[in-house]
Amino acid sequence: MVEEAMMKLKGSEIIMESLLREGVDVMFGYPGGAILPTYDAMSLYEERLHHVLVRHEQGASHMADGYARATGEVGVCIATSGPGATNLVTGLATAMMDSSPIVAITGQVPIPAIGSDAFQETDVTGVTLPITKHNYLVTDVRDLAYTIKEAFHIARTGRPGPVLVDVPKDVQNAETEFVWPEGDIVLPGYDPPWAAQTHEIDAALRLIAEAERPIILAGHGIIMSGAMNEVRELAERAQIPVSLTLLGKGAMPEDHPLVIGMMGMHGEASSNLAIQEADLLIALGMRFDDRVTGNLKTYAQNARKIHIDIDRSEINKNVKADVGIAGDLKTVLTQLLPKLEGKSHPAWIGRIRDWLEDSSERDILNYETPGILLTAQVVNDIWKLTGGDAITVTDVGQHQMLEAQYYPHQRPATLLTSGGLGTMGFGFPAAIGAKFGKPDEEIWAIVGDGGFQMTLCEMATAVQENVNVNIAIINNNFLGMVRQWQELFFEKRYQATPMVNPDFCKLADAYGIPNRCVTQRDEIEDAVRFAQGIDGPTLIEFVVEKEEMVYPMVPAGADLHDMKRRPKPGEA
Amino acid sequence: MAEVKIDSKVTVVALVENEPGVLNRIASLFRRRAFNIDSLTVGRTHRPHISRMTIRVDAGPEYARKIATNLQKLVNVIDVRVIDNEPHVERDLALIKVRNDDADSRNTITEICDRYPARIVDVGPKVAIIEMVGTEDIIEEFIEQVRPIGIVEMIRTGVVSMGRGTRIHDTNFINRRALVEAASKARSSNGHNV
Repeated sequence: MVEEAMMKLKGSEIIMESLLREGVDVMFGYPGGAILPTYDAMSLYEERLHHVLVRHEQGASHMADGYARATGEVGVCIATSGPGATNLVTGLATAMMDSSPIVAITGQVPIPAIGSDAFQETDVTGVTLPITKHNYLVTDVRDLAYTIKEAFHIARTGRPGPVLVDVPKDVQNAETEFVWPEGDIVLPGYDPPWAAQTHEIDAALRLIAEAERPIILAGHGIIMSGAMNEVRELAERAQIPVSLTLLGKGAMPEDHPLVIGMMGMHGEASSNLAIQEADLLIALGMRFDDRVTGNLKTYAQNARKIHIDIDRSEINKNVKADVGIAGDLKTVLTQLLPKLEGKSHPAWIGRIRDWLEDSSERDILNYETPGILLTAQVVNDIWKLTGGDAITVTDVGQHQMLEAQYYPHQRPATLLTSGGLGTMGFGFPAAIGAKFGKPDEEIWAIVGDGGFQMTLCEMATAVQENVNVNIAIINNNFLGMVRQWQELFFEKRYQATPMVNPDFCKLADAYGIPNRCVTQRDEIEDAVRFAQGIDGPTLIEFVVEKEEMVYPMVPAGADLHDMKRRPKPGEA
Repeated sequence: MAEVKIDSKVTVVALVENEPGVLNRIASLFRRRAFNIDSLTVGRTHRPHISRMTIRVDAGPEYARKIATNLQKLVNVIDVRVIDNEPHVERDLALIKVRNDDADSRNTITEICDRYPARIVDVGPKVAIIEMVGTEDIIEEFIEQVRPIGIVEMIRTGVVSMGRGTRIHDTNFINRRALVEAASKARSSNGHNV
């Protein structure tokens, strides 16, 4: 870093200096006209600030997102004006929905040209306004350092989210004295809630003490707040079963006896039934998304609700809370735990165990399936062969839900998946980003044949950077989840879901990626071991059953207990 | 107008940083969350960095609180209050241009204006402009009175509100004023962030 005293720097260099001071060591991006001065400045910073050249800016935003989710730190992506910036949009929206902290830096046409429909001009702050937590157009080089510091502060604090900083080309070229603003960021209108008030804690404790059938709904906020130990202590001391949201997986070790599985549309029947019969929901860092509640009118009707979330606007948004606390989860639970009295609910837990038993009888892994390969088998074998300890990054669809069902996660931030936005094409680039954040972890991108083809161009990025990511393509030659809906709700009219795919292994060959194709279950182990033995990207294509179903399933808008279940073996 | 139920309206008061693009953020939020609003006014306050918004919502207080918590999430929004049933002063201003081209209408205008807090601010041979300041409902009533004369054009500013007595909705400003000033000082040139 430069000496601070009276140093004149160009805006482009100020961007680099500011990123370094925010602790950034890698950024994902793609150059272009309006961002060229910043790329030029990168040459001075190469050793401390590594730039990963992606093949499409969407990949850059997903990589920054994957990095952020894996590390909890802010991920950085960078793109030029116009099409470069608009290509980031899907990644920003994905990060916004799942509260992932990223900072996007985009070039903009020079200030005098703004508003003139100049070449590659897009109103990027306008376009990204509803899909960023906040954004900036920097029109004075003297504002640049402060704005970048502010952007990181906003991205990582409170409910995290993406922040975009649009920097016109002439601002990147302009010079000023570089002064890094020391001290705290001062934002009069930005004051995320932190602790609970005593009466709120007391009210929550009273509901917990009175409850006979309580259940904890554990969400992503637990992981982002780092409240895993506190949640575990709450669950153990008051003997409360824990149901996980998709993004809450890892908030509690899944082999813990109180964890009763994922909730929602493709959640465990035990979780969904328990929610419907509970007399108290303790919702921690989750937002009652329609995919976890089903029909709101019949959702958890017998239950009082405690809702703790850092975002005040989430409380009473979908589900009315009896006790709503806006605050940081770890802080609030730390306030609550000393006053919590031990309890036990043997009858309630016994009832849930019965449901769990019934679920395991219906488990697809217990079925005889000679000659065909099932996604559940692939996921479960990868789980076994990775010791259940890899970071898995999924795409969106059937394989995503089956990953959630058949890869139990023990640690936080080891399942990275696009939950809120459901972004196909997320998995593979996000896995690359995760690897940069967690170079010592084993990373598996588990993706479908549809989603992988949306961002497969990043194979070149993986090769250029020699990123040790294992790609597991679950290939059923269908857009499987859409096909499942067509089977159930559109009388099997498979409109635009069958896919004629390339030969994925040949494709990997063309990129120089070692690969295998698996069609039988007994080939899985060899292939996975092969991938694990290579220090660099690998690709395994698993050719699976074409018309697999994900069960249980709560049809969209149906009551949460109204699940379509797989019949038990021997029944129909 | 019978269909206007003044009682069901709630007012949200927001203090916002006086920066370019803030109104756009708020409009975008309302559109995105499909919040239905009745009127929105923005104006300066006695502090140069801060503007004040009055948002009228034709809905219950629950809905208004939803709007308030979402508004509060915007970084440029400093403070938000929902004024529900508490005593407050509210004013709307209307400029109404009416026909003024015969003795009858001239007389009627003068007569109606005498009965309301309204005054004629421009008179010509064909039309006159009436300025009317008051609460929303009294303005509605006044408009119905002059409608038969023939309204040529009309504009209303929308309602602004202020709590009575010590119900100060600028509550946090004493603590926050220092913050706002420090923030604008920290940005070397004021108001460049969108």
